[in-house]
Formats: sequence, C-alpha cells, structure tokens
Amino acid sequence: MLKSNSMFIKRWWPAATIIIVFAFAPQLFETFWGRMGMYKLVLLQVFLANVVLAQSYRLMTTTGDWTLCHYILMGMGAYTTAILAKFYGVPFYLTIPVAAICTVAVSFLIALPLSRTIGFAFFIGSFALGEFVRYIWEKLHFPFGGSRGLSNIPRPELGQSGDWYFVDFSSRMDISNLYYGTLILAVFALVLLYRLDTSRFGNAWKSIYSDSELCESIGINVTRYRILIFCVAGFFASLAGSLLAYQWGAIDPDNFGMIEMVYLIIWVVVGGVKTYWGPLIGVASMSLVFELTRPFDEFRPLIFGVILISSLVFMPGGLEVLIPRTTRFFKNLVGTKEVS
Amino acid sequence: MGLDILPQTIGNALVLGSIYAMVAVGLAIAFGVMQMANFSHGELFMVGAYCVYVLYTLFGWPFELAVIASFPIVALIGVIYERLIFRPTRGNVLAGFMATAGAGFILQVLISEWYGVGLPKSVQVPYPGGSDFLMTAISWQRLAIIPVTIAMVFGLWYFLTKVKDGKALRACAQDPEASVLQGIKLNKMTALAMAISGGFAGVGGALMAPIVSVNPYMGHDYAIIAFIVVIVGGMSSIPGAVLAAFILGFIHTFVSTFADSVYGMMIGVLFMAIVLIVKPTGLLGNVKV
Repeated sequence: MLKSNSMFIKRWWPAATIIIVFAFAPQLFETFWGRMGMYKLVLLQVFLANVVLAQSYRLMTTTGDWTLCHYILMGMGAYTTAILAKFYGVPFYLTIPVAAICTVAVSFLIALPLSRTIGFAFFIGSFALGEFVRYIWEKLHFPFGGSRGLSNIPRPELGQSGDWYFVDFSSRMDISNLYYGTLILAVFALVLLYRLDTSRFGNAWKSIYSDSELCESIGINVTRYRILIFCVAGFFASLAGSLLAYQWGAIDPDNFGMIEMVYLIIWVVVGGVKTYWGPLIGVASMSLVFELTRPFDEFRPLIFGVILISSLVFMPGGLEVLIPRTTRFFKNLVGTKEVS
Repeated sequence: MGLDILPQTIGNALVLGSIYAMVAVGLAIAFGVMQMANFSHGELFMVGAYCVYVLYTLFGWPFELAVIASFPIVALIGVIYERLIFRPTRGNVLAGFMATAGAGFILQVLISEWYGVGLPKSVQVPYPGGSDFLMTAISWQRLAIIPVTIAMVFGLWYFLTKVKDGKALRACAQDPEASVLQGIKLNKMTALAMAISGGFAGVGGALMAPIVSVNPYMGHDYAIIAFIVVIVGGMSSIPGAVLAAFILGFIHTFVSTFADSVYGMMIGVLFMAIVLIVKPTGLLGNVKV
C-alpha cells in the first residue's frame, strides 16, 4: 500500500488543538492553580522532553531493533550540552546542535558492532555497550564529573540584557520562557520525526522490519539503513537530553541508568509502536499514573511492573489499538455507518 | 606488582569464573528452550542470597541446608515466571524479556518491603579462615564455590545426556515441533528449563551471600555480566557459557588487580564487542540470534 507523502498530517486538527492547548498552558495553569501552576509547568516541560524521547525510540523500533541504550544516547546529549555550557560558556543555540552531532558520532560507533546482530542479541548487546559509556562517565572526573555528575549547569540566555532580542530563560520563579523554548524545540523535533516516519527512509526502515532479505534483493542496504536509523534516533534522543540538562540544572550517571530505560520501554510498550500516536498516548497515560501514584512512592516500581506485564500479555498492540475502535464506535453512534 | 601475585590472581579468577558460570548457565539453558530470555535473572540471584539471609541468619538453619533450600525456592519462582510470562508471550522473545523486567521490579519491591532497604544485610561467614596453598590466600568461603559449581555443572551435564527428561529438554532446544511430534510435552519442558535456570541463579546467590553485601539491588551487576557471558559464549550454548564465564572471570580479575575494577568491566564489554564483530554467533554457538 502506497502512503501519501504529503507535507502535512492528513487529519491536522487533533495535532493543532494539542499544540494550541500546550501554547496556552502557562496561562491556564496560573488561573487554575496560581503559584502551584509553576510546579505543574515543570512537569509539563519534562513531559515534552519525554515525548520527544519516546517518539525517537519508536522510530528506532520501526526496523524491529529494540535497544537498551537509548537513555545513554540521551545522556550523551545532556552531558555534551552541560559540559559546553558549564565549562566553556557556549550559548544554547550552539550547544544543542553540537551535542546532537557528538551523539550521532557516538551512536555510529555503538551501532557498528551492533549491526552484526539482530533481535535479542542486539537488545542485550546494546545494553552492554551502553553500560560501557556509563562506566566512562563514572570513571572520568574531567570532564564528566565522576559519579557525582555535573551540577550548576547555567540556564540558557539569548543575547545580552538590553538587546531587543533578549530572552532570559534563567528565572527560577517564572519559567514560562524556558517552557516556550522547550515547546518550540519539541514541536520542531516531533514534526521532523513525523516527516521521517512517512518519508522514503521511513518506508525503507519499515520494510526492513517486514522482510530484510527481500529488502536486500531490491537494493536496500540493510546494514547501512540500520546504522543510519540508530544515528537518527540518537540525534533526537540528544535533543531531549539537552532539554532535560537545561531543565534539571544537574545531571549524574544514575539519571541515565537501567531503571529509567525500563520506564521508557514501559511508555512505548503501553502506547504501542505501530502508529505515530502510540508513544504519545503511552507517555501521557504513564505520566498520569506516575503522578497519581506519588503517595505510594515505594510501591511505584511494583505498579509499573504489573502494568508492563499485563500490557505485554493481554494487550500486545498497546493502547493505540483502541484508537480505530473508538473512532469507529463514535462514527457508528452519530450514524455514518463504516464497514471495517 | 610482580609475578609473586600471579598464583593469587589466578586463584581469584577461578573463583570469579565459577560464580559467573553458575549464573550464566541458567540464562543459557532457559534461552536454549523456546528462547525464554530472562531480564531479571539478577533478581533471582538476589532472591537466592535472601534465602540464605533468612534461613541461615534469621532462622538459624545450617548454612549447607540453606544453600540447598535456595534451589527449590528460586526454581519455584522460575516456574511461576514461565507460567505467567513466558507461556503467554511464547514466540516473541523481546516481549517475554521486557515483561520479566517488570517482574524484576516486583521482586525488588516485595523484598525491600519485607526486609527493608536500609542497612545492607550482613550474613556471618560460616567457614572462617582460608587456604594457604601454593602462595595463595583465598578464604574457604570463596574456595567452596569452585567444587559446588563443578558438581552442579557436572550434574546438569549428566541430567541432559543420561536422564530421559534431560534428553527431552535437549530435543526441545533443537527442534520444538519435531519433539512435540515425538510426544514430548512442550509446556512441561519450558517449565523444567525455567526451574533449572532459577535454581542455578538461586544457588549462585546463596553462595555469594556471605561474601557480598545482601541488598535488593545486588543482582544488577551479575545480570550484566551474565548477559555478556551468554553473548560471548553463544546464546544457547552451555559449554560456551562456561568457557566465556571463565574468560570473563580472568579478564575481570586481572584488570582489577593490575588497574581498576571499573576498567575490568569496560574491557569485558569491549571483548564482547570484538566477539560480536568477528563471530556474531558467539564462541561456541552456531545459531545467529
């Protein structure tokens, strides 16, 4: 089946609505919760970075290669951003692209041995190589700060105070500037990811998942495409990492450990990976569960473990399989009968 | 730093290789039958260590009895894994693997709720003192791991080659459909494989309990090493796992002695990457997975 390769999403209004809601979120939160709204805005900011991360992970899985070092790639972006901003005072519009390029280079090095393996060995091979990178962070005190990590990462600024284009992201009390910066970068990344998903590259990656031998025979270099997707996914993971490094202001190797990786897998598995909307649903629903279970902090891994197991056993397609069902249900409700 | 510490280092490496072999063999045998990959193998190891803590330190059983008891207890958890996770997700390796990651979370929370996370549990050493053989000084506690590993691997070999159920297990690993046609019950065999796998991890953890600090997150390091070992050895090959375990044991001990333990882990991972580039099937494996 040929996919329409149009520039924009066919049904654009859900995406447009979501973006508009996000754009007015600071004002909405302020009216609803007053000063507590800022805390909720931080959550929304982390949510945006997580959406970019989950969506890049979903891109990675379109070839059928699930990795266990995606958080490490994100950490690579975060560390590069932090080092450049902290030690060299590089402005954010340079740190974010440079971090992305560095992460792509590291992804390439990791992907070289991994491209020799498929399926399960790829999965745990990526785990071991990711741990290798993490050991380097823990071991080297300069520039990675050892196991205590880097703190006091300066907040980004655009221009000097007094310039007409001056934007200050550094205020601790009013973080709406930082929030808008995050939103712009996240929307940019998500649109690019959507375009990649529907491009010829996206089709090639999906066809590798369906039948890699057939791909070889029609002239798709499978190894090269698998290395390419690893680097592309690393690029977007690095964007998410840069966003989080600026938000948190401090990072250490434990931020990018195995447990966080398992949570990323939970988001993607619960949402589903077949369509673009799966990871969005997954991150949204799991963030909601995460916030609701705040009172039972110590039982949280147990709850998420049960969610992961039951999702894999009872709903292997993820929550996204409910979208066509619900739309069909509502269409039937209003009378336009649709034959499935 | 000279040749005088060489026998000591070799002795340490043999001990470390034995414990790696014990943990990795369990992973390899479960993967061989119907590709059951267990992410939380390290948590089974941890439960084995807690068996010794509870039965030996709290209840005052003899140490040997506690170690023997850890085999059926953790084997039972393995069977539960098989029934609740691997059987419904059969045919999809990654789904089973990720679901066991969730199971690992559950085990960690349950153990820390029952016994607390705070102070590391100390298990007093049942065999104090050490050997003084050929200029090496290894405590009896560590040295005991070697004969137990040899006995258990030999027992596994005997079971797989001489006992009827063991032969059936190997048949299942070779060709599940043909073995079902011969009247072998597949579900029974996967449960058996997970029981053996869990039991090996449990005994490994039980033997390490007096040596390392017992806490709910202790399994993580051993799980990484076990994964590296089975990749290097060839995913479902048991002799490969044993061979790779001793290679990794030697690498880790020698690099740790002469440089640093983190560098030891790093060189182990690099070794795995080189094996993947040169021979993706692993040292003794023949199936590309």
